[in-house]
Amino acid sequence: MQALYAQLLVGLINGSFYALLSLGLAVIFGMLNIINFAHGALYMMGAFVAYFLLNLGGINYWWALLIAPVIVGIFGMILERTMLQWLAGLDHLYGLLLTFGIALIVQGVFQNYFGSSGLPYSIPDQLKGGVNLGFMFLPIYRGWVVIFSLVVCLATWFLIEKTQLGAYLRAATENPTLVRAFGINVPRMITLTYGLGVGLAALAGVLSAPINQVRPLMGADLIIVVFAVVVIGGMGSIMGSIITGFALGVIEGLTKYFYPEASNTVVFVLMVVVLLVKPTGLTGRAA
Amino acid sequence: MKNTISALLLGTAIALSVASVASADDKVVKIGVLSDQSGLYADLAGPGSTLAAQMAIEDSGLKAKGWTIDLISGDHQNKPDIGTTIARQWFDVDKVDTVVDVPNSGVALAVNNVVKEKNGVYINSGAATSDLTNAQCSPNTVHWTYDTYMLAHATGQALVKAGGDTWFFLTADYAFGAALERDTTAVVTANGGKVVGGVKHPLNTADFSSFLLQAQASKAKIIGLANAGGDTTNSIKQAAEFGIVKGGQKLAALLLFLTDVKAIGLETAQGLNFTETFYWDLNDNTRAFSKRFSEKMKNSAPPTMVQAGVYAGLMHYFKALEALGGNPHDGAKVVAKMKTIPTDDPLFGKGEVEANGRVTHDAYLFEVKKPSESKGPWDFYKLVGTVPGNQAFTPLDKSTCALLKK
Repeated sequence: MQALYAQLLVGLINGSFYALLSLGLAVIFGMLNIINFAHGALYMMGAFVAYFLLNLGGINYWWALLIAPVIVGIFGMILERTMLQWLAGLDHLYGLLLTFGIALIVQGVFQNYFGSSGLPYSIPDQLKGGVNLGFMFLPIYRGWVVIFSLVVCLATWFLIEKTQLGAYLRAATENPTLVRAFGINVPRMITLTYGLGVGLAALAGVLSAPINQVRPLMGADLIIVVFAVVVIGGMGSIMGSIITGFALGVIEGLTKYFYPEASNTVVFVLMVVVLLVKPTGLTGRAA
Repeated sequence: MKNTISALLLGTAIALSVASVASADDKVVKIGVLSDQSGLYADLAGPGSTLAAQMAIEDSGLKAKGWTIDLISGDHQNKPDIGTTIARQWFDVDKVDTVVDVPNSGVALAVNNVVKEKNGVYINSGAATSDLTNAQCSPNTVHWTYDTYMLAHATGQALVKAGGDTWFFLTADYAFGAALERDTTAVVTANGGKVVGGVKHPLNTADFSSFLLQAQASKAKIIGLANAGGDTTNSIKQAAEFGIVKGGQKLAALLLFLTDVKAIGLETAQGLNFTETFYWDLNDNTRAFSKRFSEKMKNSAPPTMVQAGVYAGLMHYFKALEALGGNPHDGAKVVAKMKTIPTDDPLFGKGEVEANGRVTHDAYLFEVKKPSESKGPWDFYKLVGTVPGNQAFTPLDKSTCALLKK
């Protein structure tokens, strides 16, 4: 039973990464109608920026949490301005192909310069060590990841669903022409939204840098699972993707305990089941 | 007109005679380096293996003696089906004589069958499974650098003798992990130890915390990592995070490469015990080769043991070809010749190619240095012991290779 609690907690930790990443994807899909396959590459860039900040600039983890999402976010906005904006109104397939291509290029460039086995990034001193919870030894850093990402997820949800700015955003996706008539700069808002989604990916990258290796393919390995999470939760649903992210982390954790060989596939099995029963996803609305 | 016809006839006759020479022994060799060029094993093999092969061709001096040696490379992406497709195409279309490297035991075993069927030469350096020279041995295969039997015996025995008598395995769920766990379990139980449990994880796993918690709960003294590359580095890093080593359990990295230690960082990796058959800083010969190698390598990385094995294996292959006086384009014949010449090269020292295809040479027990002991960017290992070549690998009387039953 103790082992079960431990696995539940570990599942929550992984779930926080799924939630942060799928949240960014959901924001981008919901507001821009783009299936952002470059998300994994941008997550990887976040981790690399944190590594460079520390090793070249001597800037620590805490500042990296702030600076890396901004830098990668700006990179994302440049992508949106120069490439993605021309795809507005076209079939989803074009956005998917373009962002997939961008992901391959970014990963290839990093792999060429930094190889595939990765670079070390250590846990900040303040979060080293762990606490014994009785049923498991919880590394403090992992606890921090769960709490921090939960806060970020809820703040993003609040921003989009409950504030004036969020209302403009949602309105702009429903009817851009009308919103523009009210004097709101819709293209700029869309660029900023893409920047926000990308920033969330980079933030997840910084969070994961001390746990995983900072590797060029770290995002490619994760992104497919995250897409499954988004599909299960319902494309474009903010709260849906947060809840599904955490829930799937837990389910995957339990699978690792009961039948580890299937831990890589359980998410996709669930995806198939959900698509068969409720094709719009658990929280999605019918189009 | 008459002149033209006779010239044509003469030309045809010459062409035919050249062609007939080409079908028998000639001095044309084509080598294919089949590796993981971009996945989790790309740093320990990959482009570095291709470079090592190029250096072997240059250093052999055969080109100056009128030989033509071509080199091509391919990416098997860690998928057996892609590996065998490339190998088939190389033999059927590109007329490749020899396939080298092939890390990833799953792919290596699949390619082993293709090379045998096409009667090519197979010099494997990157794969670990000892099956290549046991149950699945082939007259066309030479297994150069290391194997699971050697890893299990050198590291496993040392740890059990030091008191690590209960084991829990974290095993990569494919041919290599299974072979390494099997071979290590045999060593542990033979030395009076006990395996208390284990878990099989999928290849290329990012998060090991669930598995590590199970290992922690097992209370085993040794957690054996029967995995490789990125899987091993992630396991070690996350084990440190979960306080496993501080809690008194010891990690046994059964297969650890130089590039893995670099990726983990000395801070976390210090004190790990493991076995390799090559290290760049072993002696003057290895240092001289490594200096030349790293000058041509991006990131100035020195060679790993897999890359060194590609070089040494090809050098031995060229020796055999030279002794034959030409390339017979008959893999089994060349490999048979390789078995008659004792191996002796600057990187692995003296040894031999045994009848089952296994190459024997010394194996070294290393310990990862403390950050304070490391003097340079790749100064990572301390030598703590040497296992002589004739004891490190499967004894021939225990090998299950069918080639030995004559």
